Amino acid sequence: MFMSAKKLSTLLILASLGLSACSDDDEPMTMMPPDPDPVMISYDVTVTNLTHAHPLSPLAVILHQNDGFWAIGEMASPELEMLAESGDNSQLIAMADAMVSASGTGLIMPGNSETVSITIEDVDDANLTIASMLANTNDGFTGLNGLALGELAIGGSWSGVGFVYDAGTEANTEAMGSIVGPADGGEGFSEIRDDVNYVAMHPGIVSMDDGLSTSVLTQAHRFDNPAMKVVITRTE
Amino acid sequence: MKTIATLGAVALAVSSLSHAAELDITVQNLTQGIYFTPLLISAHPSDASFYKLGEMASGELQAMAEGGDISGLMSIADGMSANSSANPAEGMLAPSTTVMTSLSTDSANTHLSLMAMLLPTNDGFVGLDSWEIPSEAGTYHFYLNGYDAGTEANDEMITGGGAPGAAGIPKDPAGKQGMNATGVTDMETNMMIHVHRGNLGDDMMDGGKSDLNNTVHRWLNPVAKVTVTVN
Repeated sequence: MFMSAKKLSTLLILASLGLSACSDDDEPMTMMPPDPDPVMISYDVTVTNLTHAHPLSPLAVILHQNDGFWAIGEMASPELEMLAESGDNSQLIAMADAMVSASGTGLIMPGNSETVSITIEDVDDANLTIASMLANTNDGFTGLNGLALGELAIGGSWSGVGFVYDAGTEANTEAMGSIVGPADGGEGFSEIRDDVNYVAMHPGIVSMDDGLSTSVLTQAHRFDNPAMKVVITRTE
Repeated sequence: MKTIATLGAVALAVSSLSHAAELDITVQNLTQGIYFTPLLISAHPSDASFYKLGEMASGELQAMAEGGDISGLMSIADGMSANSSANPAEGMLAPSTTVMTSLSTDSANTHLSLMAMLLPTNDGFVGLDSWEIPSEAGTYHFYLNGYDAGTEANDEMITGGGAPGAAGIPKDPAGKQGMNATGVTDMETNMMIHVHRGNLGDDMMDGGKSDLNNTVHRWLNPVAKVTVTVN
């Protein structure tokens, strides 16, 4: 168990008050409570792409204190829609609820991993959100939403997996020109919402090989849960 | 099943394994396009169950899985002296919606089960079989899969057929179905309760093999998230 920086500084102030109360000489008080050094809390977040043929868009890694950045049954934010339809994480990681954010350096190809480091000052009980688009979908993404990190001690690790969600902002037509990933090279973000307009678990892609004649996707683009493996290690 | 336990600060003093409990139970339909028909949630003795994976479905489970009728399962629950919450959503639990219910359990009812038909399917259901209710106060989360009762061929024809033994799917509550399908299959090779292989669907609103829409009516597991708070 680690004392939070706030508690620590309170104790230091009380200690110094205690000293001054005991001193009864006339010397001017010279001892000031030291400015506590900020406590840096850092995590390494390693994501492995478990899909067969979906590049994962550059990771959005966010530390925050609200519940999370999406909820099943609720409308996706425009920032999440942007990530889920185009793979662009810049709006999501800039949201006001994000205390600290980091971005992956690029696509994580199937079978590959990337480690993103993120550091926050004086907050040892932040929640972690990760999000990344499955590039060969209309608006599918994987992630972790508001994982509580408060019980992770220095050197400790958490590992788990990410399911695939559907932002519900773009119909899963799989049609030519509608998917941003390399299977199509089509349109990314569109502000038109022509789907259920709530976030849900993704129903999976159909593909031209499994009965959707207008799909640009093939059997190779099918996926199942989970889509990513995640290991989080607190490094300081 | 993965269980993530968030333990409360105060552990209850438990004198025996059997104990009464006050439970708050939340069931979330995680799917984008599949409804849950009326749920039955029951706490029951450890030696009782409503179904077992790899075994044949009872007639009562079949009636639920094919037509959403839980009256037979409620009779089974009463026979077990179970504590039950029947139809807490007061009808369908729509895709991506949540229902909460409370259950006061008698000391003998140490295990929790849950069932509801997945609609539109021929005989698919979301199920939980005999989860041991923790004796320690806290909040517990877990995910549930979709199962196939093994009692009806998954022809994916919307015929209104919901009675046990009647072919076809009763309906799609969202009205996104097609019509005049020729049928995906007329056989159910595995007649034991098994993991549902999912809907196939097709891309034809009129004709084709299936009356279901392959971009609307498919799903991947898990289909539900359950949160149980032991008070």
